[in-house]
Amino acid sequence: MTKTVEERERVVIRFAGDSGDGMQLTGDRFTSATAVLGNDLATLPDFPAEIRAPAGTVHGVSAFQIQFASTDVTTPGDHADVLVAMNPAALRADLDKVAPGGTLIVNEDAFTQRNLEKAGFEKDPTADGSLDGYQVYRVPMTSLTLRAVEELGVGKKEADRAKNMFALGLLSWMYGRPQETTIQWLERKFTDQTLIYDANVAAFKAGYNFGETTELFATSFRVEAAPAEPGTYRNIAGSTAMAWGLIAASQRSGIPMFYASYPITPASELLHELSRHKNFGVVTIQAEDEIAAANIALGAAFAGHLGVTGTSGPGMDLKAETLGLAVIMELPLVVVDVQRAGPSTGMPTKTEQADLLLAMFGRHGESPMPIIAPSSPADCFHVAFEAARIAVTYRTPVIVLSDTFLSNSSEPWLIPDSASFPSIDPAFATSNGDGFEPYRRDDKLARPWAVPGTPGLVHRIGGLEREDVSGDISYEADNHERMTHIRRDKVEGIAKELPDLHVDDPDGDAELLVLGWGSSLGTIRAAVARARAEGKKVASAQLRYLNPFPKNTGEVVRRYPKVLVPEMNLGQLAMLLRSRFLVDAKSFTKVQGLPIFAEELERAIGEVIDG
Amino acid sequence: MADEERGGGVGTLTKKDFTSDQEVRWCPGCGDYAILSAVQAFMPELGIEPHETVFVSGIGCSGRFTYYMDTYGMHGIHGRAPALATGIAVANPELSVWVVTGDGDGLSIGGNHLIHALRRNVNIKILLFNNQIYGLTKGQYSPTSEEGKVTKSTPFGSVDHPFNPIALALGAEATFVARTIDNDRKHLTDVLRAAAAHKGASFVEIYQNCNVFNDGAFDLLREKQQGAHNQIRLVDDEPVIFDDGARSVAVGDNGRLVVANVEGTDPDRIVTHDAQGRPSLAFALAHVSRGPTEPTCIGIFRQVERPVYGDAVRDQLQRARERLGKGDVAKLLSGGDTWTVS
Repeated sequence: MTKTVEERERVVIRFAGDSGDGMQLTGDRFTSATAVLGNDLATLPDFPAEIRAPAGTVHGVSAFQIQFASTDVTTPGDHADVLVAMNPAALRADLDKVAPGGTLIVNEDAFTQRNLEKAGFEKDPTADGSLDGYQVYRVPMTSLTLRAVEELGVGKKEADRAKNMFALGLLSWMYGRPQETTIQWLERKFTDQTLIYDANVAAFKAGYNFGETTELFATSFRVEAAPAEPGTYRNIAGSTAMAWGLIAASQRSGIPMFYASYPITPASELLHELSRHKNFGVVTIQAEDEIAAANIALGAAFAGHLGVTGTSGPGMDLKAETLGLAVIMELPLVVVDVQRAGPSTGMPTKTEQADLLLAMFGRHGESPMPIIAPSSPADCFHVAFEAARIAVTYRTPVIVLSDTFLSNSSEPWLIPDSASFPSIDPAFATSNGDGFEPYRRDDKLARPWAVPGTPGLVHRIGGLEREDVSGDISYEADNHERMTHIRRDKVEGIAKELPDLHVDDPDGDAELLVLGWGSSLGTIRAAVARARAEGKKVASAQLRYLNPFPKNTGEVVRRYPKVLVPEMNLGQLAMLLRSRFLVDAKSFTKVQGLPIFAEELERAIGEVIDG
Repeated sequence: MADEERGGGVGTLTKKDFTSDQEVRWCPGCGDYAILSAVQAFMPELGIEPHETVFVSGIGCSGRFTYYMDTYGMHGIHGRAPALATGIAVANPELSVWVVTGDGDGLSIGGNHLIHALRRNVNIKILLFNNQIYGLTKGQYSPTSEEGKVTKSTPFGSVDHPFNPIALALGAEATFVARTIDNDRKHLTDVLRAAAAHKGASFVEIYQNCNVFNDGAFDLLREKQQGAHNQIRLVDDEPVIFDDGARSVAVGDNGRLVVANVEGTDPDRIVTHDAQGRPSLAFALAHVSRGPTEPTCIGIFRQVERPVYGDAVRDQLQRARERLGKGDVAKLLSGGDTWTVS
């Protein structure tokens, strides 16, 4: 039969299966092939906290969603055009995430009576007409995979595990993704395991050929490359970008990097990535606990290294006292908080941005720290670099507020020229022969970084209040007040060199400003674009620096009659803006462990403008 | 330039070079004074300049020690000194890094960091001032206080069983474990010398008298007359005999170590100390007494060689450079799958 090829501007695909079905890997590989084609894209891995929940159950479903397009992509998409469901539980869990009339590709072999029961279906939904509103394809992926590999002599278990490659092959055919990217990756991955490599390639090709040859699928789709600035691109996930940004800062400054961390979801990815790059002189220590991780990094900072610790919310709670110590010691330290849904253990694999007030105020005493938040996966690179620059320049601990969504998601990234990175000068103190004053400050209010081993600079620092200039212990009343103000003024003073908050307001006459921070950038851009298309006058801005705010922040939020602040918390940035600038900022909040969807925000924009 | 020409060289270091200008503020009569003085006097013989030395401490009376040493110093938060010191020692292997802690700081709030620094064998020298009481917070029982201890927080007596710090350190796989006494300048200095020479983590418990909140806790060992009878001084490769040769540590009928009169004891049953041998011997010697109110072992319980943590960390960096080549950011960023838009 003749197959037709149709153009599509944008497509959202969701791969869903059991935790053990390899859906994250399938999604990752599809993403790589998509990136190489030059589509713009955004991804959302969505997996359970359990490593392997009971097979076939709804709470064991692991999914990966990708939106790719020939135009700008800012979010992983509100609804999937295609759902690949490897078992009934995946269909049960994710059917409501499929657009009306969308395509369902199910692994027919997994739709057994037992699996249907486990997923809570009384009857097979693919056979009883309940999915009539969708385009349903029943593909016996397991048996086709087994047949494809049977001559290789692999065990039944390995053969069964390759069925995700069949699904990947099928979808690669449907959307014209290159086969080479995946095959080359399998080559690298299974260098020493020929049989497993052969089985995966066979399954992948079987899926691809199945699409091409069977009559089940009449159409495949083409999504042209998105227009992009000239240059070399790669796809990058937030956790990788964060690690590389830190490495780049270390290399640029010549300060060896020292990362201490305790395993915690979702920040462990950062530890894993950094520990692979020891040839950059990166020391990584898996500490005995969160508190140790912070102290080891702080000790290394005292000794002249770029001390970094990373964690998620529960670890931030534990590190709080050490961060206060870093504040009073005035040593450079970078703390990466990959936020997850709380409180307490909360939902470890789900995203949220509810640690903003913790970062601002979560230490006893007046204990100010600069806070920066990346707004996209690739932006994690630049924010990590910037955090290191601020920490070193101002001799202060800095908090980076990433989140689960940013950490796990990926996007195409125009690879920057490493020669263009700003300089970071450690300006280590050296003796001029006079007595050393460890708390004498420069014009930025930063104190000297005097590293043990340096002659003529022996001094003691600690958690007790210091006397201004001399650094001796002091309980003197006026001195404590002065030092409290200095520590505050030093952090506030960073604003002097920060770029202004950029406002996107094409006509300059918007009646509403949508002001966000962190990972909501993509959603806000998409929602604002849609609102504008409906004729609404909407401006948007994204705060990257949360403490201090850029200098013009007050002017910006007062400029607009209405301000809407979308956040994955109960209104934390809104609270800061209201208290700082006395503006009637409205909140749009969502705490479901998922990113805000563009259509939700679009609705909220309409309500605020009309209301 | 030769040292003598340079002036102020290593050979000319004195106690004064390690004494800071800060006024010492422990209670008059505190055992900490004797330890401070002994340490300041001992440091010059190491031949390490003050600026190559770092003292790290936590919270409690012992925490102030850092301020009185004219070296680099870091006075951290409660219990975390071993972690801070780990960061320092791994970052710069050239430094001589000392941790000063107490029984509350090191064994209670900071117990986790202590055991992990010991098992990693970080190149730090840990001095644990054990006075069996919380002094700075004015007299609560500590994790080394004896059962039944009456304090402000235990008016009916403590029901907590105490730690045996030596046994704890041995259990944590420490490579150097010793005990000494604040007012025995010579023994203290000998132990410090051995601790300083040891490659890796050294753990030194120092019995220290708190004359305000727990006066006399160690009198049986510390007071001159009684001490002569009750200190069991461990000497490597020698039989464990004390009390002027009158008593010994011997293997009892049930295999446990007991204090026995030398006279009437089969000489084969008298234990010969072996700091390099089985850790079980050191562990048994740590349990000869239930506390400092009985004849108690002091000296070096265990001293063995094991790879030093910081060395292993640096070896790995070196091997990674040899295997992967020196890191190059531009290469890192452009590695893997890329595509070009023209």
